[in-house]
Amino acid sequence: MDTAVEKKKRGRKKANQYSKETYLEWYELMLRIRRFEERALMMYGQQKVRGFCHVYIGQEALAAGIESAIRKEDAIVTAYRQHGIALGRGVTSNEAMAELFGKETGIVKGKGGSMHFFSAENRYFGGNGIVGAQIPIGTGIAFAEQYRGTDNLCVTMFGDGAARQGALYESFNMAMSWKLPVLYIVENNGYAMGTSVKRTSNVTELYKIGSAFDMPSEVVDGMTPESVHEAITKAAEHIRAGKGPYFLEIRTYRYKGHSVSDPAKYRTKEEVKEYMDRDPVKQTEAKILKEGIATEEEIKEIKAKIKKEIDEAVKFAEESDYPDASELYTDNYVQKDYPFIRD
Amino acid sequence: MARELALRDALREAMIEEMRRDETVFLMGEEVAEYNGAYKVSKGMLDEFGPRRVIDTPIAELGFAGIGVGAAMNGLRPIVEFMTWNFAILAFDQIVNNAAKTLSQSAGQFKCPIVFRGPSGSAGQLAQQHSQTFESWMANVPGLKVISCVDPADSKGLLKSAIRDDDPICIMESEMLYGHKGEVPEGEYLVPIGKAAVRREGTDVTLVSFNKMVLTALEAADEMAKEGVSAEVIDLRTIRPLDHHTIVESVKKTNRLVVVDESWPFAGVSAEIAYEVQKYAFDYLDAPVTRVNSADTSLPYAPTLVDEYLPNAEKIIKAVKEVSYA
Repeated sequence: MDTAVEKKKRGRKKANQYSKETYLEWYELMLRIRRFEERALMMYGQQKVRGFCHVYIGQEALAAGIESAIRKEDAIVTAYRQHGIALGRGVTSNEAMAELFGKETGIVKGKGGSMHFFSAENRYFGGNGIVGAQIPIGTGIAFAEQYRGTDNLCVTMFGDGAARQGALYESFNMAMSWKLPVLYIVENNGYAMGTSVKRTSNVTELYKIGSAFDMPSEVVDGMTPESVHEAITKAAEHIRAGKGPYFLEIRTYRYKGHSVSDPAKYRTKEEVKEYMDRDPVKQTEAKILKEGIATEEEIKEIKAKIKKEIDEAVKFAEESDYPDASELYTDNYVQKDYPFIRD
Repeated sequence: MARELALRDALREAMIEEMRRDETVFLMGEEVAEYNGAYKVSKGMLDEFGPRRVIDTPIAELGFAGIGVGAAMNGLRPIVEFMTWNFAILAFDQIVNNAAKTLSQSAGQFKCPIVFRGPSGSAGQLAQQHSQTFESWMANVPGLKVISCVDPADSKGLLKSAIRDDDPICIMESEMLYGHKGEVPEGEYLVPIGKAAVRREGTDVTLVSFNKMVLTALEAADEMAKEGVSAEVIDLRTIRPLDHHTIVESVKKTNRLVVVDESWPFAGVSAEIAYEVQKYAFDYLDAPVTRVNSADTSLPYAPTLVDEYLPNAEKIIKAVKEVSYA
């Protein structure tokens, strides 16, 4: 484990400050994401899910810790490894699975697939497929909140690969200059597709990028919901006080390859094992039981509930219809009678 | 009642009127506030609306275009000014991958009501990087609408329509013609997006054009009138969606078509119009459609090369003679 995170962990208070309810919410969401993603991969293997598919396995603690620390009215925008974040926002397993299947009952009517879930109702501004493009968009979402005078913030998430895009530097600059209510989170899972962070820059501790803009920046352990929740709570307070943006580098790990087609030969088995030993779902389950936060019976109930939910989601997706061909011409323009060229 | 206004003043009136009408409209771009606009289009707007709504940005086209897209997704109506569309190339990811696709990707849950505007086309001896046209680039993208117009009255009405429109819109203006004057009506009016205007009626040949080349086409038409040739001149005003009805109806009357388009010839607006006309007015054509474009080269600096590159009245008259077998 890296030293920056190690130092941080040693400094953290030991006392358990979270309620049973919070623990069970975290556990349930993380388990939902884990089981959803495992099933998505299986369905991909059966060619029920097509296109690009990037799963969140290993990174679930982020979705959990973020949701417990922010408000429903806050916005989130992220990249294409996004099923977990969308589920955290309140997109249902049915809506998500049906979208992977390309069905009309999907969260975006089968129009977006794995990379593009959106939910206006849940203030989820999407899965963005262009690396780093959501960084200025999240900054703009925050701009609109400031313009309207709310105290909502926009959580703007991206991977370590996106931290090298010019869009980040332009956005950080304007967000600091205008003190926008935006919380930038780089999910550092160590690899931009197959290229390790070390191979992409001289600066490998990504949180340091914030210092060029005098933006408060911290490194966070992303393998437990507690550490994520704690960091986000602190950052959100700063932002809501009108002090401008905050940048968190949350160190996490993806157990699987970049996408389903990636065997991930660029990393060692030992490295993967090191992180799997700190698995957020298992760690949290063990802690709940060890500290008597909930009973084994209660954990079993959650497991059964999630299993049933995912089974039903697959059934729902299977039984739903593909969108009618006429849907091709909807949602391109708000204008209802737009004259498409059709010859 | 109408008064004479320069293009820049007509555009400013449009923005001011819409910003007074709708609190969610704001203007953002390089030099738009304290400098009063690189071409003075936004002169005085900072004084009226303050720095919350008239916002100077750093030189970061990708970043501020993206901030505009995010703000539009989250309920505002941004006007994003590019100092020139040549610099907007840095922002194409946000315009093409996000503004144009937000509605489709989200299956209608998020719209992106944003106006990207700025000058496009050559503007004297500005050389290769500052002289390009962008109508055909942006018009290629479903999800966007593209306006290109230099008539002050129509530009004002179109910009007002664009600001109120719920779809993302690219507006191409002209550095050369910000001082171009025309009669602009007093009071509230809108000009519909997607409708061409017949600037001059004629019977012998149709000249279709847009942006500043409309003035060149009119100049050629005046010249030809002296020789008894009656040219009809159509100003497209909107490139996407294209008003092919007006073009086809004109060709049915004149039986001859020359497209005058400052863009490069390959896969451009002129090619699209030629396709539409061969498809829908084939039996009415007395000659193949022809076109006068800029040269299929980069635009160099020297004045002789600029003259050789651009369409002009002489080239248009030559093309008309060609389709008239004269």
